[in-house]
Amino acid sequence: MSVLIEIRRLSKVYERGKQRIEVLHGIDLDIPEGDFVALMGPSGSGKTTLLNLIGGLDTLTEGSLKIDGERIDALTGAALAAWRANTVGFIFQSYNLMPVLNAQRNVELPLLLADMNTAERARRARVALELVGLSDRASHKPGELSGGQQQRVAIARALVSDPRILICDEPTGDLDRKTADEILRMLQSLNREHGKTIVMVTHDPKAAEYARRTVHLDKGVLVDEAAH
Amino acid sequence: MKYLPLVFGALFRKKWRTLLALLSLMAAFLLLGLGQAINSLVEGGAEFLGVDRLITQARTSFTQPLPLRLLPRIEAVPGVKRVGWSQFFGGVYQDPRNFFPQFAVDPARLYDTYPEWTLDPDAKRDFVATRNGAIAGRLLAEKHGWKVGDTIPLSSFIWQKRDGGNAWEWKLVGIFDGRDEAWQKRTSIMYLNFGYFDESRVAGAAGLAGVFVVRLSDPAEVDTVAARIDAQFANSPDETKTQSEQEFQIGFLRQIGDIAFIINAILGAAFFSILILTGFIMNQSVRERVPEFGVLKCLGFTDRTVLGLVLAEALALCVSGAVLGIGLAYAVTSMLPADYPARMDSRVLLIAAATAVVLAVVVGLPPAWRAMHLKIVDALAGR
Repeated sequence: MSVLIEIRRLSKVYERGKQRIEVLHGIDLDIPEGDFVALMGPSGSGKTTLLNLIGGLDTLTEGSLKIDGERIDALTGAALAAWRANTVGFIFQSYNLMPVLNAQRNVELPLLLADMNTAERARRARVALELVGLSDRASHKPGELSGGQQQRVAIARALVSDPRILICDEPTGDLDRKTADEILRMLQSLNREHGKTIVMVTHDPKAAEYARRTVHLDKGVLVDEAAH
Repeated sequence: MKYLPLVFGALFRKKWRTLLALLSLMAAFLLLGLGQAINSLVEGGAEFLGVDRLITQARTSFTQPLPLRLLPRIEAVPGVKRVGWSQFFGGVYQDPRNFFPQFAVDPARLYDTYPEWTLDPDAKRDFVATRNGAIAGRLLAEKHGWKVGDTIPLSSFIWQKRDGGNAWEWKLVGIFDGRDEAWQKRTSIMYLNFGYFDESRVAGAAGLAGVFVVRLSDPAEVDTVAARIDAQFANSPDETKTQSEQEFQIGFLRQIGDIAFIINAILGAAFFSILILTGFIMNQSVRERVPEFGVLKCLGFTDRTVLGLVLAEALALCVSGAVLGIGLAYAVTSMLPADYPARMDSRVLLIAAATAVVLAVVVGLPPAWRAMHLKIVDALAGR
């Protein structure tokens, strides 16, 4: 498999006033296309920061980050936003759905940025909701759905624009074991059957078992890597 | 258009808060609509008046009468075609609530100075010939059910008769109308025969008129003729102030204070309060949704799109309030009787539209700017 995500000597430093906090230090990591990587490590190890950098949500301090050969650390503003819209789908621990929009409208959100008519947006959103088994909840608002259902809507939203990469930040952190397993199986299926490259941050070793491999971070450096 | 569900969804996230903001905005725009309609009445209500007429009043005040002996000298001024005079009567009909304007005039001169009134020739003759004759405008006659030949009793709160009473009886000899719609709407007035009025009122006031009405040969000479008339009486005991009828009318309305200034001051205070309130609501609304803006940016919404979304929310709120308020003001002014011709016109609508847009920008821009500059990772963390 070709390398989709190529990280070299990546460092990230936060400056809070006079304080300088080095969160990531000299990270080298390759993630092939179609991989499913679990990022694990103790709190403060830098795993969410690394995930944010891969997703183009934050800027690195040193090093390089190439995705599909493109230096995304060189992109800024609207170009970076467009890259995110086309390339990455995000799944968060707390779902982060728009509470005032129903499931269908939430899933349609990323498509608002595409040159697409209303009917096509609605059709694609319905397909995405069917894929996560929620077509019968399309008109429900997030407040009317269970945690597992909300996360499935969030997965549908992440998938609807058919991104190559899914960025998952503790996607099962707020769910019970049974629901968490359902969600993880769904992610595994998206990886294995649809070829999505998934990078997932988790504290849960059981969740990490669904990934193809696990990368451990500690104090901002990669300490271990294991295939499943 | 595709962002409308997002904009309106955000607005109705807290329904009661939005409803209260909308009601406040509606009240402010209702006030603006009514206030500007009254302003239009004051500023533009005299536009229909003749451009070829001057009003000559005492220099000190229009409440100070002028002696009728000035008449020949005014008539002799070059550019003057015809001169009449008029005295405000200040009477009420049966009940103090039945007040309408009445003016004592020389009937023959009235027709020459106000050709905009239409009256049949017989009635014209009767008005001249009847000592206590009066003519009423069509709207006034219809309102009170008057017919030609009726005796109309009026109690004047200004003029006493020589016998000490203030009850005057006038014989209605004609009902006049306006030659066009603008003048037809203003037929809620009454003219009285000056001759009877002058000989019957208390002796000291006889021979005095409130104002002279001067009709010009050439409307282009308004300023020149006005200056000539005033020059005639400069440094005399009867100094005059001559101005166009439009200026006189506006000046008359402003005697009770600078209405436009008062209205605009009230509106300014109301809109300042609304600005603070709506600004607070918009800021609060954006502050509550910081993580949501983070998500939108994650999904690929640009900073400018986020700015536009918040501004669109502010605009939707302000425009909705404006539409409701101005609509209500339109309904209110439409129900006013013809005596109070305050109307919503395109000028009022333009002022309301501009106010709504400016208000939206002023209250929407600070939170929109903040949302635009949110860093995604901070926004997702709710910082």
